[in-house]
Amino acid sequence: MTAVEVVTRSRLRRGRRRRLVIALLVVLVVATFAVTLMVGRTVYPPADVVRVILGEDVPGASFTVGRLRLPRAVLGALAGLCFGLGGVTFQTMLRNPLASPDIIGISSGASAAAAFAIVVLGLGGAQVSVVAVIAGLGVALVIYLLSYRDGVAGTRLILIGIGIAAMLDSVTAYVLSKAPQWELQEAMRWITGSLNGSAWADVVPLLAALAVLGPALLGQARNLAGLQLGDDAASALGVRVERTRILLIVAAVGLIAFATAATGPIAFVAFLAGPIAARVTGPHGSPLVPAALVGALLVLVADLVGQFAFGTRYPVGVVTGALGAPYLIYLIIRTNRTGGSL
Amino acid sequence: MTAAHTLQATGLTLGYKDRTVISGFDLTVPPGRITAIVGANACGKSTLLRAMSRLLAPREGQVLLDGKQVHRTPAKELARTLGLLPQSPVAPEGITVADLVGRGRNPHQGMLSRWSVQDDEAVAAALETTQTLDLSDRPVDELSGGQRQRVWIAMVLAQQTDLLLLDEPTTFLDVSHQVEVLDLLTDLNHTRGTTIVMVLHDLNLAARYADHLVALTDGRVHAAGPPGDVLTTDTVRAVFGLESQVITDPTSGRPLMLPMGRHHAVSASA
Ligand SMILES: Nc1ncnc2c1ncn2[C@@H]1O[C@H](COP(=O)(O)OP(=O)(O)OP(=O)(O)O)[C@@H](O)[C@H]1O
Ligand SMILES: [Mg+2]
Repeated sequence: MTAVEVVTRSRLRRGRRRRLVIALLVVLVVATFAVTLMVGRTVYPPADVVRVILGEDVPGASFTVGRLRLPRAVLGALAGLCFGLGGVTFQTMLRNPLASPDIIGISSGASAAAAFAIVVLGLGGAQVSVVAVIAGLGVALVIYLLSYRDGVAGTRLILIGIGIAAMLDSVTAYVLSKAPQWELQEAMRWITGSLNGSAWADVVPLLAALAVLGPALLGQARNLAGLQLGDDAASALGVRVERTRILLIVAAVGLIAFATAATGPIAFVAFLAGPIAARVTGPHGSPLVPAALVGALLVLVADLVGQFAFGTRYPVGVVTGALGAPYLIYLIIRTNRTGGSL
Repeated sequence: MTAAHTLQATGLTLGYKDRTVISGFDLTVPPGRITAIVGANACGKSTLLRAMSRLLAPREGQVLLDGKQVHRTPAKELARTLGLLPQSPVAPEGITVADLVGRGRNPHQGMLSRWSVQDDEAVAAALETTQTLDLSDRPVDELSGGQRQRVWIAMVLAQQTDLLLLDEPTTFLDVSHQVEVLDLLTDLNHTRGTTIVMVLHDLNLAARYADHLVALTDGRVHAAGPPGDVLTTDTVRAVFGLESQVITDPTSGRPLMLPMGRHHAVSASA
């Protein structure tokens, strides 16, 4: 076998495995999506669900599936895609799984701003998203400036981010304490993230954001791969480092903020999606698509678990939070043991 | 491939924030030859390579590649002509050798273009040249320092540039692998006419492998020219503050520097 054959073969083998895993993830996402539509207090057979989606009038199902479950499932899947993409972009760019937007305060900023916009300013719909995006970008800028010293060092950025997240979370709590009692259920969303009360009006801005920012991010996949080698090596490979970084940050923050404005900061989805995707696909190829799919899967599965696995219904963020916390602790213990910095 | 490119720095002043590292610096890299840059730690060798490859904008002066300012050349276009191996590149966690070497193909790929046969050929050739083909499926973080260094060299080779800047390509390598890497670069220079500029810490290897030797001190050129002219006891004293003896290497006919520490000298009377 010549050297070229060795190289080609191993590349094709890796590509096949990657495509297989991606296909499998798509199947799982679609299956969970379907289950979300069928299962609830009343279980509808797939035939009824399909008829509702096709626009037929099915007594009972048309309302329950069409008005309640379908927007919920669509919103959950979209938010998961956005969280997964945004999270893995930050983790890859900063070369640290802890540098996820939901750890370093970007989700917290978007969430605090959304809560503020709704409770204090009385805004709604797309306006809330806009406020959340501006706040998310603002937080990203503040963290960047505070941690900038001859380039951005990962550890300082993460520690500063964690501090800012704590501060912003208390802002959210304060704003919510001003909310009227009867909105408590709704207010909880801004703390843990929830798909309760999902409506088509929430879906539209999120879908638009994903349609614009998703492809923009995917177009940067090669540059992102270059950045992983360090700024100098990336630059030497023809990557325009600063420009790429700004593009990636804006797109990722945008996705996170839009999703947060729609569902609240569903805990740890952004943080978990990338590492789980890397585990199942291996370190080959761009991590963006697998992480997006894992994000969607996480949200949909966690929402099913939250709704039906226990006696009471829990918002989706409670379940993902319970999943994410042990991994966070594991990461911190691991870096401690290997003597690495955060 | 063998078109000789000219690379030239004129009146270059470089620095970081309020610290000036290099000032009023002139250098003409001989096309199609091997240039070695030597100098004490922190004298600005890496800074110089970074400026020559567009990574650091000069405060004053300019770097010209074929008469064009590198800082005005589009990044990708430059990266097809000029490759750089930085002093401390980072390998992403878990990445395999073949994947890492494949990243060297970046400047030859469009945003949406697919992986091509040429890409595979370039990667295979780079792996073969650096004798890392049998490592190609291994994760880079599980390799020894020397193996890793050869993989990084393979990555810049995959870039297939006519000019190659290497910042300490022989660190971490044992003596036989040091010689092997330098032989490899010499082969590249002889067979393809690749212009090579490298920072080396081993003065003797620098003198042996370079056609053109540049000794830096305090951010300026102390001496530059054929190793026989540059590597003298005076240069070693001025650049490294070290007393030494320089003899002629019987193998290569190039100068060979023997450092004199404060101990171990056989006194003339003994
Ligand atoms: N990013 C940076 N920001 C600020 N100062 C820097 C930076 N990089 C290098 N320097 C400083 O510039 C000077 C020259 O550094 P440079 O890395 O060019 O040295 P060098 O000759 O390559 O040294 P070595 O042999 O140790 O690699 C040093 O004083 C160093 O502290
Ligand atoms: Mg250096």
